[in-house]
Amino acid sequence: MTETTTSPSTSASAPPPHESALSVDRLYKVFGKGGRDAIELLRQGGDRNELPTGTTAAVIDASFEVAVGEIFVVMGLSGSGKSTLIRTLNGLLEPTAGSVTIGTDRLDGASPRELREIRRNRVSMVFQHFALLPHRTVLENAAYPLELRGVPKAERLARAEESLGMVGLDGWGPYLPSELSGGMRQRVGLARALTAGTDVLLMDEAFSALDPLIRKEMQDQLLELQAKVGMTIVFITHDLNEAMRLGDRIAMMRDGRIVQVGTPEEILTDPANDYVAQFVAEVDRARVLTASSVMERPVAVIGPEAGPRTAHRLMREHQTSALLVVSRDRKVQGIVWEDDVAEALRQGSDRLPQMSRDVARVSPNTQLADLFAESASTRAPLAVVEESGALVGLIPRVTLLTALADPGTNGVDADAEPLETTGGAR
Amino acid sequence: MSWLPHIPLGVGARAVVDWINTYLPDQLDWIAARFNDSAGGLTTFFLLFHPLLVAAVLGLLAAWVRSIWFGIFVTAGLVLTMSLGLWTQTMQTLSMVVVATVIALVIGIPIGILAARSSVVSTIVRPVLDFLQTIPALVYLVPVVIFFSIGFAPGVVATIVFAIAPGVRLTELAIRQVDAETVEAGEAFGGTPWQILRGIQLPLGLPTIMAGVNQVIMLALSMVVMAGFVGAPGLGKTVTGAFSRIDVAVGFEAGLAIVILAIFLDRLTGAFGQPTPHSLGAKVRGRRQAAAQAAVAAQAADQQVDQATRGARPARSHA
Repeated sequence: MTETTTSPSTSASAPPPHESALSVDRLYKVFGKGGRDAIELLRQGGDRNELPTGTTAAVIDASFEVAVGEIFVVMGLSGSGKSTLIRTLNGLLEPTAGSVTIGTDRLDGASPRELREIRRNRVSMVFQHFALLPHRTVLENAAYPLELRGVPKAERLARAEESLGMVGLDGWGPYLPSELSGGMRQRVGLARALTAGTDVLLMDEAFSALDPLIRKEMQDQLLELQAKVGMTIVFITHDLNEAMRLGDRIAMMRDGRIVQVGTPEEILTDPANDYVAQFVAEVDRARVLTASSVMERPVAVIGPEAGPRTAHRLMREHQTSALLVVSRDRKVQGIVWEDDVAEALRQGSDRLPQMSRDVARVSPNTQLADLFAESASTRAPLAVVEESGALVGLIPRVTLLTALADPGTNGVDADAEPLETTGGAR
Repeated sequence: MSWLPHIPLGVGARAVVDWINTYLPDQLDWIAARFNDSAGGLTTFFLLFHPLLVAAVLGLLAAWVRSIWFGIFVTAGLVLTMSLGLWTQTMQTLSMVVVATVIALVIGIPIGILAARSSVVSTIVRPVLDFLQTIPALVYLVPVVIFFSIGFAPGVVATIVFAIAPGVRLTELAIRQVDAETVEAGEAFGGTPWQILRGIQLPLGLPTIMAGVNQVIMLALSMVVMAGFVGAPGLGKTVTGAFSRIDVAVGFEAGLAIVILAIFLDRLTGAFGQPTPHSLGAKVRGRRQAAAQAAVAAQAADQQVDQATRGARPARSHA
């Protein structure tokens, strides 16, 4: 993902984190009469279309955990139940079955008073159409959560001023929302949620009403803010590119059910079903995939003490014209080329030829789009190294190109498990 | 239709009226006294000052909330009623309309709020309002006179009964039509129902509520003549007097005074609901706000200049 997100859960297929900010367990929300019966039917694997008229299952058997400091995106088309789901997370809607826990507070079964306390202190929300109070100034809007808590005026205005500053709206306090552009209004919405100072922030299609350029700007700002403040965010969207840009993990929703939860890369490279696969076909893969998801197992490597004969054999075996020279602690020393090895063999030398130090090193988190720039400057494969400098993978130029092709058109998941493609004897 | 027995509804209604009149005379007297005192008291207050002063103050109020031209019209219209010799009656009618409207709103707006919150209340209230609004005034004027005798009190009560409906209906509508997401925002940040009502629903519903207030006032004015029938002092009494004497001239003059009053109250309350930029008040506020924003901008500019000069100074000292 982007460098700005600093979540521990970014690494692929990490187990559910211990410290969860929010957890949802077997949650159902059924509108209309006969909720219990409907749930019974759905639990036995029934489809929501089988329910009697007037009974609508908006959320079916949703379970997930959101880690502290994570951006968790719920992605789905309209009617998929995502808006209903987010409204159960702060008790605006009461679940028909299942539980919602924020930190240590259970939402289901909480009294109206307890629910208000949770909303005041634990979870705030940003709305699709901003939901600002038109008769109040920007500053008063930003101070609104504290006003509800009865914080004295001077203090709440000071804190509102602070959060307006964080979203880049210094000096806009005395204006009315109607005097601001859409993007700026949503910044006020964001500032209002920041003023609340809660651990969890719910964002309901928060950027969907903005035009694309402004939306991108707001996404950047959100990532920046998140890195700075470190709140836990649940973000609802119908835009997969937005989901991929923002999400540490994404829950794909369809017809009320969560069909897949995973990192953007997992969803892209290993879609759970055709529905998800169809979706991800439209994503700009270069912006989502990272070095770690396309790299190959570093087999075309050789120790610095090895001789040219070994090098020659390895090159033939792996059908490659270059070998990375890697020390015992897996640090990349340089690269040797086929021509030089052949020359060394001809001269009867039993030492590796002069190696080139010119090896491009990239971090596992580098985006595919940036890898192209690196790859263009050298014909050698890119070395993927961890922060310690240890080699974890290789990216030959051809791998880079195949990674861009989408798995749907290839038929087979050609690049879903890139480690296997070179490991196997082809 | 002799096969269908006559259901004695009328007898029942009469029994209820008789019962109230027999067993609650003190309560009825108390209510009558309050209504007479408040409408009479307000009239006395208006008549304390010179009519020209009252006309000027009301004209200024009109200019403040609507426009300068409207202010001039109001003052001129009130001076006209003065020249027609109807000043006292005009003030009596104005007082009665104001008192009846205030009471109708004090009762009607809370009922409207309850109706907006609960569909049960809404379903019960709707037919009751229909009943109050459509039953002919002459029908309930009789029991009202039995209860409250003659004077301001029966006029005020009859007016409330007739005028309360739009206050309830439009309040309910106003609250129901407030943007659902904005109300959700209030809930999402932990607002109590009262905080949401006061901070979001009432202010955002205000234009519609004011439309209801406006309707209540207009209906109240249209009951003025009816109130004249039951002896309430004011322009209505002048009109009914002219009617019984077949005096076209006096009837026309009193009628014109009612129209002037109606235009004044209608446009005034209309402007409360939909503030215009032409009003004196808006102009003054606009100038003040512009000044405040300019001050903020100037402060920001000052800070920038400050930083620039602060940044420049060490450079200069090094040079």
